[in-house]
Amino acid sequence: MSQAFTKSMARNIFYGGSMFFFLLLLVLTFDTVKSLPQTDNRENLTEQVAKGKHVWENNNCIGCHTLMGEGAYFAPELGNAYKRMGSKEAIIAFIKFRPKNGIPGRRSMPQFNLTDDELDAVAEFLKYVSEINNQDWPPNIQG
Amino acid sequence: MKYTSQMVAKPYFIAAIGLFIGQILFGVIMGMQYVVGDFLFPEIPFNVARMVHTNLLIVWLLFGFMGAAYYMVPDEAETELHSPFLAKLMFWIFLVAGALTILGYLLVPYATLAEITMNDLLPTMGREFLEQPTITKIGIVIVALAFLYNIGMTILKGRKTVINLVLLIGLVGLAVFFLFSFYNPDNIVLDKMFWWFVVHLWVEGVWELILGSLLAYVLIKTTGVDREVIEKWLYVIIAMALITGLIGTGHHFFWIGTPGYWQWWGSIFSALEPIPFFMMTIFAFNMVNKRRRQHPNKPAVLWALGTAVMAFLGAGVWGFLHTLSFVNYYTHGTQITAAHGHMAFYGAYVMIVLAIISYAMPMLNGRKAANSQLSQIVEMWSFWLMTISMVFITLFLTGAGIVQVYLQRMSDAPLPFMVVQDKIELFYWLREGAGIIFLIGLIVYVASFFVGRDQPEVELPK
Repeated sequence: MSQAFTKSMARNIFYGGSMFFFLLLLVLTFDTVKSLPQTDNRENLTEQVAKGKHVWENNNCIGCHTLMGEGAYFAPELGNAYKRMGSKEAIIAFIKFRPKNGIPGRRSMPQFNLTDDELDAVAEFLKYVSEINNQDWPPNIQG
Repeated sequence: MKYTSQMVAKPYFIAAIGLFIGQILFGVIMGMQYVVGDFLFPEIPFNVARMVHTNLLIVWLLFGFMGAAYYMVPDEAETELHSPFLAKLMFWIFLVAGALTILGYLLVPYATLAEITMNDLLPTMGREFLEQPTITKIGIVIVALAFLYNIGMTILKGRKTVINLVLLIGLVGLAVFFLFSFYNPDNIVLDKMFWWFVVHLWVEGVWELILGSLLAYVLIKTTGVDREVIEKWLYVIIAMALITGLIGTGHHFFWIGTPGYWQWWGSIFSALEPIPFFMMTIFAFNMVNKRRRQHPNKPAVLWALGTAVMAFLGAGVWGFLHTLSFVNYYTHGTQITAAHGHMAFYGAYVMIVLAIISYAMPMLNGRKAANSQLSQIVEMWSFWLMTISMVFITLFLTGAGIVQVYLQRMSDAPLPFMVVQDKIELFYWLREGAGIIFLIGLIVYVASFFVGRDQPEVELPK
């Protein structure tokens, strides 16, 4: 780098630039949090949905699946699972009847032994997620 | 080695390498599960293997960063470490907590682990990369604070260099942003958004400061280039990293329920994120070309150049490939993401930790500056085996990803996820093969510490 560009100039760019863009990030974050009620479907965030999120977390579903594209890429996207499978009952039945010892040679979801209430909660959670406005992602029903 | 307290770095480095081996073993298991779906099922389901794979990566990199700091900070500050005892104590606390957490993942169902660690009191588990029980997270915070205190006090009482200062800013940022892992609202959109304040602001933010600082240190030591020049480069690189990376967070806010304007902010700023990595490559090669002395430790220089190149390719180029929102709309959450993740982490963070270990270990083992000829040759073999196999892992996953995106998201008749997975099986077999070569490379790497121990170290003619 040329001699005219000194270390203190570089330092000032670092401090000034990072400060400025950190503040900009804060402003944008604040604005986003303020406008989330328009997209995040919070009017349907019931206690059962909140419980379903805990079931989702406590069984580490994200360790195989994606949810709105984030997670592991081993098993199908579930942000739109409610739409793809058509109903809460279909989701519940799928989770409930997974074979304990898997399927020979194939990937299989573990049997999590969820209670009926937990099953309902997690299905309710997936229904809620499917109704979040996330800019029409994924591109089609296959996720 | 000028200061005896630098010795505390050694157990950190050994633990880092030990956990690295565990990480790769579980990587190979997962690679197999991608093609033989019931491999080790139901004993080690995929989600457990993945948790072990990613958590071990994070923990061993943290061990590496801490060891690096304990080695470098006293040397730069020209004073003994504030409290070697505290450093040793924290080592054991971190190691035991980490080992218990991994055992917890492997020995009991995750839901049971959540129950016995009383996750309901402060639910933080079950989110990608932040799967650790809340009690472990609290432990991480305590270890991080004690570590920061130790490093901070050392810097405070000694010579203040830019390299130390940048490292300190990076480490403080690491600790501060980790606190967002305790925020887990019921609202999934808010949860996801602030989850990125840990994950993105770590790996595309403050960790880049740590990377830059460690790279600058290794380059000063091995090339003898004037400190003024290196520090100027360091400032410019980390300035660009934060200027692009902070708003670059927006490329994670495209499809998670956040407002549409993030597609503009995220695309534009994250498209600039390769710049600091490109500068890092230019910087590393420039400094090595302008070196004022030969250094007898060739593998250390090789790792330093390697990290600059591979970070640019993995984080810069492979990141750019899918960062524009109209591309990401189709590639989001596919094997393209996995391809990028693998090469970026290896290039930016694995290799810099291995660079500093390579530089420091001979001294920690009582040598003057370098290992024996034989040990260096074996280490450089491991460099090429691991690096080239990682390039192939990335290429095979990219191939898998392109076909996946087409069949599942772009063709006229999109196919279901699992149907597509069957169709891209060949790529997964090839990736598993490359993964096994990576494991062999890692074994060769470990061997480099044990061969040629009784042989004299490489010395350059005066």
